[in-house]
Amino acid sequence: MTVLARLDAVTRRFGDVLAVDDVTLDIHSGSILGLLGPNGAGKSTVLTMLQGLRKPTSGTVTLFGGSPGDYRMRQKLGGTPQETALPPTLRVGEVIDFVGRHFEEPLTTAAVAEEFGLGELLKRQTGALSGGQKRRLSVALAFVGQPRLVLLDEPTTGLDVDARRTLWDAVRRQHEAGATVVVTSHYLEEIEALAERVVVMGHGRVIADDTVAAVINQVSLRQVRLVTDQPDRVSGLPGVVGRDMADDGSTTFYANNSDRLIVELVRSGIPFSDLTVRGATLEEAFLTLTGATDAPPASAQTAQTQPAQKEMHR
Amino acid sequence: MSTLIPTPSDVAPARIPAFRGRTGVFALTLVHARMILVETFRVPAAVIGSLVFPGLSLLFFVVPQRVVADNPDFATQAVIALSVFALMSNSLFSFGLNIAANREQQWDPYLRTLPAPGVSRVLGQVLSTGVMSLASMLPVIVIGALFTAAEAPPLRIVAGLAALAVSALPFMFIGISIGYSMSSKAAIAVVQIVMFGLAFAGGLFLPPLLFADWLDTLSKFLPSRQAREFVIWAVQGGELEPWVWIGILAWTAATFALALLLFRRDEGRRYR
Repeated sequence: MTVLARLDAVTRRFGDVLAVDDVTLDIHSGSILGLLGPNGAGKSTVLTMLQGLRKPTSGTVTLFGGSPGDYRMRQKLGGTPQETALPPTLRVGEVIDFVGRHFEEPLTTAAVAEEFGLGELLKRQTGALSGGQKRRLSVALAFVGQPRLVLLDEPTTGLDVDARRTLWDAVRRQHEAGATVVVTSHYLEEIEALAERVVVMGHGRVIADDTVAAVINQVSLRQVRLVTDQPDRVSGLPGVVGRDMADDGSTTFYANNSDRLIVELVRSGIPFSDLTVRGATLEEAFLTLTGATDAPPASAQTAQTQPAQKEMHR
Repeated sequence: MSTLIPTPSDVAPARIPAFRGRTGVFALTLVHARMILVETFRVPAAVIGSLVFPGLSLLFFVVPQRVVADNPDFATQAVIALSVFALMSNSLFSFGLNIAANREQQWDPYLRTLPAPGVSRVLGQVLSTGVMSLASMLPVIVIGALFTAAEAPPLRIVAGLAALAVSALPFMFIGISIGYSMSSKAAIAVVQIVMFGLAFAGGLFLPPLLFADWLDTLSKFLPSRQAREFVIWAVQGGELEPWVWIGILAWTAATFALALLLFRRDEGRRYR
C-alpha cells in the first residue's frame, strides 16, 4: 500500500472559525475512503486542501509526494465541480473534451460518455441538463484523466434512489479499474454502499477512522429516555455509551442495543418512569462520539472500536 | 499501517515538459483561449456589441463628416481612435464580466484544481481578448480604407498593432479590478460607464482638437487618450510627448497593483 496523499497535523481557520483542527490522515492507494460527518464538519475543507485550492493554516498537505498547489502534482488527481456548476453554454462533449486536454492520458470522450450514461447527451448544452444529468457529468469529469486519486464531494446530493445507485455502480467500476476514491457524504447509506474505510469528522476533527462495519456499529445508537433518581446506576448498565441530562428531570441514555438495555434496566430494579425509545440521528450519534455528552467511560464498547475511543477522549 | 513511512517518490507523476507537448503551457493556453471564445460566441447578442460597435461608430460619426474623412491625417487618426476603442471595450468587457461572472460560479474553482498552470488561464484570457479585439478592428480598418482617406504603409500598421497591444494593458487591469470588486450585474453597468467615459474624454469618438482647453488637459491624464496618442505616433510618426509614455507606464503600474491587490483579497473572501 502506497500513500497517495497525506495530511500531517493540518489546521485550517477561516477568520475565527476553526474548520479543520489538527487532522492527520493518510490516503492509501487501492481503497475507497469515506469521509463521513455532518455539515460543517470540515470534510469539504479537507478536500479543497488536497486539491490545492486552499492552503492549511498550519501543518502540511502532501499529494503524490509534492505540494497540491503545484499543478504538475495534480496530473493524476480527479475532482468534481461543486454544486454542479457547469458552463451553461458549452456542450457536454466539449466540457469532457476540454477537461481531458489537461491530462497526459485521458479517456476518450466516447468512453467517458458510455461509462456514465451520457452518450445521448453529448451534443446538449449543459444548461439544458437535468439535475441528475449534471451530477453524472460532474462525477464523470473526475475520471476523465484516468486519475490515481479521485476526490468526490457529496457526489449524489439531491439525486433520487435510482440515479444514486447508477452513479455508485459507475464509481465502483472505476475503482475496480484502479482508481483510489475519497468520497464525502453525510449519508451513512452512501458511505456504506461505497467505502471500505471510513473517517468520521466532527467539528473539524477526526472522530473515528475505521472499517465501515466498526463505524456503523458505533453510530447506530438508540436513545432511551426516562426519569429516574439513580442515573448513575443506569449508566453502569451494559451497553450504555453516553447520556444527556435534560432540564425537565429526564435523562437520555445512548445505547448500542436498546432492547437489551431495557431488559437489564427492568431486571436491575432501578425505579424509573416515562420511558421512550427512539433511534439516534447520525448527528446525535456523532455528538455522542465527539464526547459532547457527559458520557461515562464507555466500558461497554467492543474491542473493534478502540481507535475511535482513543480519539474521543483525547 | 504505513503511517510512518514517508510518501514514496515513485507515486509522483512522471516529469512532464513544462512548455511543449500535449499538456504544456502553450497547448493549455490555446485550450483555455478556445474555450473562452466558444463560450463567448454561444451568446451572439453579447458579442455583437463589442464586435460591431467600433465599426458602426466610424460609419456614423466619421464617414459623413467629409472634413475629417477626406483628410488623410484626420481620417487615419479617427480609424486609430476607434481601433483603440475596440480594444478597450473588449478588454474591459472580457476581463470585467468574465471574472465577475466566474466568481459567482463554482466552475472557476474547479478549473483551478485541473493540472494547468495559472499562467495558461491568464494567457488564455489575454489571447481570447486579443482575437476578439482584432475581429472588431477589422470592420474599422476595412471601412476606414474604403470610405475615408485614411492611409498607412504596412510596416506602420504592424507598429500600430504592437503599440495597441502595449497600451491595452491598463484596460485589461481595470477590467480585472472591476471583475474582482463587484457582482456581475454591477460590473456590466460599471464597465459601460467606464468605457464610454474613457472613450469620450479620451478623444476616441471626437478628436481632441475639438475639446475645450480644460477637457484637453484632463484628457491627457486618461489611459484612453494616452493610448490614442501612442498608436498615432506608432503609425504616423512625429514626436512622442513624454506625458504619453509616462502616463501609460504609470497607469499600467497603478492598475496592475490594484488588480493584484483585489485578486489577493478575493482569494480569502471567496471561500468564506
